[in-house]
Amino acid sequence: MMEGTGQQVNVPPFTIEQFFKFLKEKKLMAAKCARCGTLYLPPRPVCSNCYSKELTWTQLKLRGKLATYTVIHMAPEPFQNMAPYAYGIVELENGLRLPGMIRNVEHEKLKVGIELEVDFDTEPSSTWPQWPRYYFRLP
Amino acid sequence: MALKGKPLVAVVSAGLSKFGKMEDFSGRELFAQAATEAFERCPNLEPKKDIKGLFIGMMSESFEHQSHSAPMLSDWAGLLPAPAIRTEIACASSAAALRTGIFSILSGIYDVVLVGGFEKMTKKTTLETTEFLGMAADYPFEQWNGITFPGLFALMATAHMHEYGTTEQQMGLIAVKNHHNGSLNPKAHIQKEVSLETVMASRMIATPLKLYDCSLISDGASCVVLTKPEIAKKYADNPVYITGSGHASDTLGLFQRESFTSIKATINAAKEAYNMAGIKPADVDIAEVHDCFTIAELIAYEDLGFCKPGEGGKFIEKGVPTLDGDLPVNTSGGLKSKGHPVGATGIAQVYEIFLQLTGQAEKRQVEGCSVGLTQNLGGSGASCLVHVFRRSK
Repeated sequence: MMEGTGQQVNVPPFTIEQFFKFLKEKKLMAAKCARCGTLYLPPRPVCSNCYSKELTWTQLKLRGKLATYTVIHMAPEPFQNMAPYAYGIVELENGLRLPGMIRNVEHEKLKVGIELEVDFDTEPSSTWPQWPRYYFRLP
Repeated sequence: MALKGKPLVAVVSAGLSKFGKMEDFSGRELFAQAATEAFERCPNLEPKKDIKGLFIGMMSESFEHQSHSAPMLSDWAGLLPAPAIRTEIACASSAAALRTGIFSILSGIYDVVLVGGFEKMTKKTTLETTEFLGMAADYPFEQWNGITFPGLFALMATAHMHEYGTTEQQMGLIAVKNHHNGSLNPKAHIQKEVSLETVMASRMIATPLKLYDCSLISDGASCVVLTKPEIAKKYADNPVYITGSGHASDTLGLFQRESFTSIKATINAAKEAYNMAGIKPADVDIAEVHDCFTIAELIAYEDLGFCKPGEGGKFIEKGVPTLDGDLPVNTSGGLKSKGHPVGATGIAQVYEIFLQLTGQAEKRQVEGCSVGLTQNLGGSGASCLVHVFRRSK
């Protein structure tokens, strides 16, 4: 990295846009503050704990535990044809949490604490914001 | 009890439009109704001469394709050229207007201001409304993945049930209570009782929350007249004093919070408000809390210190927050039955406390109440404001 500016050579920026770019490569990436060690999912360009701009990318394991969940019956317009669908918050390594849709699981089998794995739809959406998606499934 | 707490400001009058599906009325017209009631309640107030500024809560310009709404309300309330500002923190927008109004008086700039809020929601379809309200959730991680507001509170309900054994019946009892209270409120959106059986049999919205666990999509407007305490008696024989104001923020995304069974912004806002007012939770006689979903009211009992963490279910089961219980909560019917025109809600809560503490709540009057509290939540808990009120004598 370059002294003083916090700018790193050839390191992707620590942004939400970059988080979604990594999804296309089936990578779940978090940012880590090089000074105080705080982890960020999604990444952010400045550490909110110590204000350092010295960050590094950390690739996360895709396995985690379901912390809480719901089944959405009344869905917003873009998700109408998928309802009812399950949605949960999954606890990954180091206490990091990720919310998302849970696919291909019988809703009766959902329980706090079950193991889930992150999987990817790598094709970006055709309209704004042109991001790919991740989702959870049984391992 | 002794009436503790140095007044920050006084509430000398209040107005509320009818809540509900108000087909013939746009937002500005509903606000004019609320303002007119507040002016008529207060004969010594000369609105055009006395009111020096307006602070207005409104959440979304999508409902009426109308932003820049604050000056419009100064006009519709007959107060031009009084300056008007809109405050927005989702469903807590008008409690934010209240706090901003308090700042304006405490700064010494204004002596009398009008604080209020409105939302005109029912002209849009339920799908559109769900989308507009959903914008208050984190876009890249919550909205993008298909979460809804009922869904976010359902995540808290699942966690609360898992951790403390809270039941769907206990949440249902909150809906039954609030519909009972709303049946006594002529301005409520739905003025009818519901049975626990009806609540439990209603269709699933986001598991475990059913239709009757959800608040209403309503049109409505609210306002109060604030003055500096020293001049309050000029306008009202029995003004209500605000003695505590608390406000806290938290992460926009629910998934980034420390806990899913408690709302930290409520705990922090309550601490500030209680300290400022010099009271404890046990001193509160009546409260209007943010029951956007039944689980939100249950968690509010705990976060406001009315009961211990995890005991919200027992608290409602024992009947403590019912109209004739020890600590009546949401005597107005709450967001559940009175309705939830989001921008109006924070000040609609204050309207109910004003009626109660001045003995004007008619069929739902709580006898002998002295200290009131309001808790207004924004989004899934990224914002919360708590205010403490007391009667003047």
